[in-house]
Formats: sequence, C-alpha cells, structure tokens
Amino acid sequence: MIERKLLLGDEAVALGAIHAGISGVYAYPGTPSTEITEYIQTHAPEIRSRWCTNEKTALEAALGMSYAGKRALVCMKHVGMNVAADAFINSAITGVNGGIVVLAADDPSMHSSQNEQDSRFYGKFAMIPILEPSTQQEAYDIMPYAFCLSEELKLPVLLRVVTRLAHSRAGVAVGRIQPQNPLHLDNERTHWVLLPGNARRQYASLIEKQPLLLASSEKSPYNKSVFGEEKSELGIIACGIAYNYIMENQPQEHGFPVLKISQYPIPEALIKELASQCKSLLIAEDGQPLVEEQIKGMLGSNYPIKGRLTGDLPRMGELTPDNVGEALGIEQATAFAAAQHIVARPPALCQGCGHRDVYDALNKVAAEYEDARIFGDIGCYTLGALPPFRSIDSCVDMGASITMAKGAADAGAHPSIAVIGDSTFTHSGMTGLLDAINDHSPITVIISDNLTTAMTGGQDSAGTNKFEAICLGLGVEPEHLHVVVPLPKNMEEITNILRQEIEYKGVSVIIPRRECMQTLKRKLRNKK
Amino acid sequence: MKKDIILAGVGGQGILTIATIIGDAAAAAGLSLKQAEVHGMSQRGGDVQSNLRLSTDTIHSDLIKQGTADLIISMEPMEALRYVQYLHDKGSVVTSSHPFKNIPNYPEEQDIATELEALPHTVSLPINDIAKANSLPKSANVILLGMAAKFIEILSPEQLRESIARVFARKGEEVVKANQKAFDLGLTAV
Repeated sequence: MIERKLLLGDEAVALGAIHAGISGVYAYPGTPSTEITEYIQTHAPEIRSRWCTNEKTALEAALGMSYAGKRALVCMKHVGMNVAADAFINSAITGVNGGIVVLAADDPSMHSSQNEQDSRFYGKFAMIPILEPSTQQEAYDIMPYAFCLSEELKLPVLLRVVTRLAHSRAGVAVGRIQPQNPLHLDNERTHWVLLPGNARRQYASLIEKQPLLLASSEKSPYNKSVFGEEKSELGIIACGIAYNYIMENQPQEHGFPVLKISQYPIPEALIKELASQCKSLLIAEDGQPLVEEQIKGMLGSNYPIKGRLTGDLPRMGELTPDNVGEALGIEQATAFAAAQHIVARPPALCQGCGHRDVYDALNKVAAEYEDARIFGDIGCYTLGALPPFRSIDSCVDMGASITMAKGAADAGAHPSIAVIGDSTFTHSGMTGLLDAINDHSPITVIISDNLTTAMTGGQDSAGTNKFEAICLGLGVEPEHLHVVVPLPKNMEEITNILRQEIEYKGVSVIIPRRECMQTLKRKLRNKK
Repeated sequence: MKKDIILAGVGGQGILTIATIIGDAAAAAGLSLKQAEVHGMSQRGGDVQSNLRLSTDTIHSDLIKQGTADLIISMEPMEALRYVQYLHDKGSVVTSSHPFKNIPNYPEEQDIATELEALPHTVSLPINDIAKANSLPKSANVILLGMAAKFIEILSPEQLRESIARVFARKGEEVVKANQKAFDLGLTAV
C-alpha cells in the first residue's frame, strides 16, 4: 500500500533501506548523517542497529553481514569516509555477497564540519557505482535500486547525500516492502582472502566490471534528459541536489536542455549527446568539481565548459538557487539590501555544561605557565576555542588531540595537554594513547566524559563506564589516573590535580565526568 | 499558489516546533512542502533558521531564493533582520521584539527596531511578556505562530489550530489547550 509521509532526506534513506530488506545498519554519529540510524533504531527494532565505535568498525561489520548473505547499510558523515577508507577501498576488491550501501553525508559549506571533501572521489577511487539522489522521494526510491545494483554487480555501492537533502523535509510516497535475505554464507575464499595472488585476480575482475558500471549509468532511470532536443547555446549537467537549484531557475523558459545525473560513473554517451546539441555546457554539482574535470577531459579543451573551475559557480561552499541562477545568467532581483545592524551569533557550550568547568580549570592552570599548549578534538568541547574560553590551540580530526600533544611533547613543548571527549576517545583516541604510554610521553590527557555523544544529539557512547579500565589496560599508571566531577565547587581539587600531573614526566589521564545537560534534561522530561 | 517562509531564531527557542505545526497542516491540506532545517553545531545557542516552502505546485529547491520570500517569522528581532534580503517587495516580517543577548557585541536595540520598522510590513510584539502574562511561559513560539497565521494565507488559521492539536496530542489535552490558547492570543493580537 502506498502512503505519504513527511520525511527528512535522512529519514527517507532510512525508510528506503528498511523497505529494501536490510538486516543491519552500522554507523558512527556524524552531522548530517545521524538521523538515518536513529530513524531505523526507532522504527525497525528487528534490524541490527547499535552505534559502532567508529566508521571503520562499522564498514567492516557490514562487510561481515554481506559475507553472510544479508543486506547492510553503513552511514557516516563525509570525514568518516577517511576513517573507513581502508575497509571501503578493499571491500571493492573483495566484492560483496549480500548488498552493501555505504552512505556518505557530505557537508558543503562546512555547517558542522572541518572540511568539505566530496565523497564521490572515494567512489571513483574504489571504482564502484555512486548514487546521488536529488530529492527526498528519490532518496527513498533509490535504496532498493542501490541494493539490487550492489548484488547484481557484486560490489558495494556508495550513496552520496549533502546537508540540504539530509536535513530537509518533504512529502514522500512510500510502500513496497521487501523481505530480508536469508543467511547464505559465501564460500569463495579466493574473493575474501586478499593475499596478493587473490587480490590481483580480484582487482582484475573489478577492472573488467567497469564497462558494466558504465552501461548501468547510461541506462539508469536516475540519469535522464529532462527536456530539449533542439539546439541550444547552453546545456546543463545537473548532479544530485544541484538539479533542484537548476529547476528552481526554470531553465525551460530559456530553452536550456538539462541532463540530470544521479548515478556514476558519469554516463558518457548521454553527456556527449547533450554536448553535440549545445554550444557550451554548465556543470552544476555540489561539492568539488569532479564531474567538471572529467567532462573537460572527455570533450577536449576546445569545448566551452562553465562550472566551479571557471568561476561561473563559486569554487567553494554549497550551491544555492541564487548562485546557480547567476551562473545561468538569469537576472536576480532582490527587494531589500542586507540589513546593517546584525552581528554573528556563534554557537556556545550550554549553560551548566561540564566542559565549561573543565576549561575554567585548564585556563587557570595554563595561565601559570609561559607556553602551555592545549590540543583539542572533535565534539561540543571544540567550542572551547571560542570566547569566553579561548582554551584550545588545535582541532584537526577525531583523536588528534592526544597524538598531537605527544608529538609536540616529543619536540619539547611543555605543558602539552590533550582534551578529548568520551566518544571521540573510543573512536580514535585509544590507539594514540597507547603510543604515548609506550613512549612514556610527558603529556596530560583530559577525557572530558559527559556519558554521551553530545554534539550529534546524544547517542550512546561506546566507552561509557569503561574508561578507567581502558586507560589502565593500555598501561596508564594507576596513580596518574584521576576521575573528578567538573563543578565550580571542585575547582580547587581539579586545578591541583592538573598542576601535579603536568609536572609528571609521563602520561597522565584525568577524567572529568558529569552527564551532558541536554541528555539529563531529556531524561527528566521523559520521566515526567 | 506558493508561500515561502523563513523561520529564524536562536538555537533552543522553538522554531522547529513552528515548522512542525505548519508542515503538519500543509501535509493534511495536501500541499507540496519542503523544509530545510539546521541541525548540529549551530543548535548550541547559535543563530538557526529554517526555509519552509509551501505550494500547490511542485517545489524544486529546498532553499529559498533571495528576493522571493513571502514571510519571515522570527523569535528574535536581530535574527529577523538577518534574512531581509530574502524578502520580496511585498513580503512581511512577524517577529518577537524581545532581544536574546548571548553575545557581547549585540547591536543597539533601537537600531534594530528602526531597521525593522523601515520595512513595509513588519509586525513586532513582546511575545515573551504576553506568554508570561497569560501563564504560558513555554508557548511563546506558538503565540508568534498565531501572529503570523493571517500572513500564511495558503493555510487558514483554523487549519493551523487543528494541526496544533495533532502535533501536541501525545503530550496530553492540557498541553494542546495551552498551545491553542497561545495561538489564539497571537492571532487576535495582530
């Protein structure tokens, strides 16, 4: 039965995957991908869906489920692809048994991210099909298609969405429900044991499949010419969400033909056909100019192509109906100029948040040294970089606080302090801590534990209740492991421990532990 | 017919609840709808906005073009000003007049008020005071929705009131009544 639901793009992906018969979703929270796994956890308890420690463990678990014949979805934000990359690239070499869809949610304009890398490059790198839905309806419809494609080609499929699709709601017609695959273990050890001899054969087979991938793109229902057979000055290639911004500008009124691309590798024949009808092409794609570069190579340097590389569209930042309209040469009328009396309103740590007390203590102690350095990490506590705290000196990637503190200490920096959250620590901090312990590095590590993955909305944190055991197990000396409660009344105790441990010429770990205000409030509300 | 609405405010002020109520009413009325939300880092006390698009026809873009929005609904006066370049020449602004000062360099309140008044169709009311005076401290956002109801046009105030009943149903009859009262206060105040 077909019914209509109001769904976020993320929720449409989730429901599409449920209806496509997945048996598991494996994910680490990351904006703008988090709501997919949350939706499956809430609406389909029969599907395996516990949060994973990081994106790599997520992808490997999905590969195991695929090995056993069942369908699995893997979700992450774009930078998570870097963490999962080893498993991701090699899953294209092993191939799959049950279908695998890897969803990467990109964040052009860096609304909640440290870069705007374009995950489509990973798909091309791994030589697998990429799907990029334009609308919420397509995000739903494309899921069963993606799993069938994966099982047909015996390859994982990359599904790319961007923030504006992930976090935008629209009506979606939903209905067709498929059963889960039965258990069906793979017996082809030569596919799965990637010793060089096997790996060479598997890679050759991946290369042999490439014409099939291209053929699938050429006839894909998601790649289509929208209108215009006639000759035109300008033809438009619109990838993924860029299609919506193109259509908002009504290209039909100007006679511009449009080729919508939502499946890769790029459909070469369709593109050449459009190019032959037009005198020039505009390539509209959110993220980096992947398609623009490829088409430039395909059509040669004499064919005029406009896009992000030529400056017709901005080189960075997300596309909008405004900048796309401008690139089309359509007049943009505004009634009012931007207002005068507005200032930026950056986000801040919540009132009463334990991270605030951690930074108050750190600032107090750091001020007693000439050159204290505090290496930060990814999470709510990154906001400690902003006023009034201005506490941290770096924030690079998940786990880099501990390893950078180690490297700086190796170079002679003192005090060298790392601040990392509980979920980030289990995601990618533990291995770096082991390096520091083995090298007896003089660093002070603060694991600011709020018992949740807070920044993304309060998902379970993999290490809750295990941090002391983890640290001791890795080799932190018991007398240099401290647990404190970050509250103003404990400031003296906390600052004294900090002073003492900074002077210790080895690894110290201090765990300030107090529940996140947001999850606490939510619990109290639910109790009522 | 179409209505392009920008909802604005500061993280935690409840603009997504306003979006949910309008969205539910639009879905019940069989309208096309797109609503781009802000999740993640900026929800922590930063500026937040939502682009809400309603139409009897297909809607393509999740984002509203500059110079084409029909209405700005804002929980905070400076946040209303942040999006004036999105309004078309007959567009309206419905805003709370109460500033939310969580930054050290908040502009002069009078300057903000003057700029808002210079726009052709601005309605500004102290919704927090109205909420307090009527013992509805948690429903300031729904008072604001009531103020905006006449400008939404593509949906009637009655359709929005019915949607409030559906959206708050799981919180109980009392919460539904309080929010419908808040809505009516806003509706009659304009």
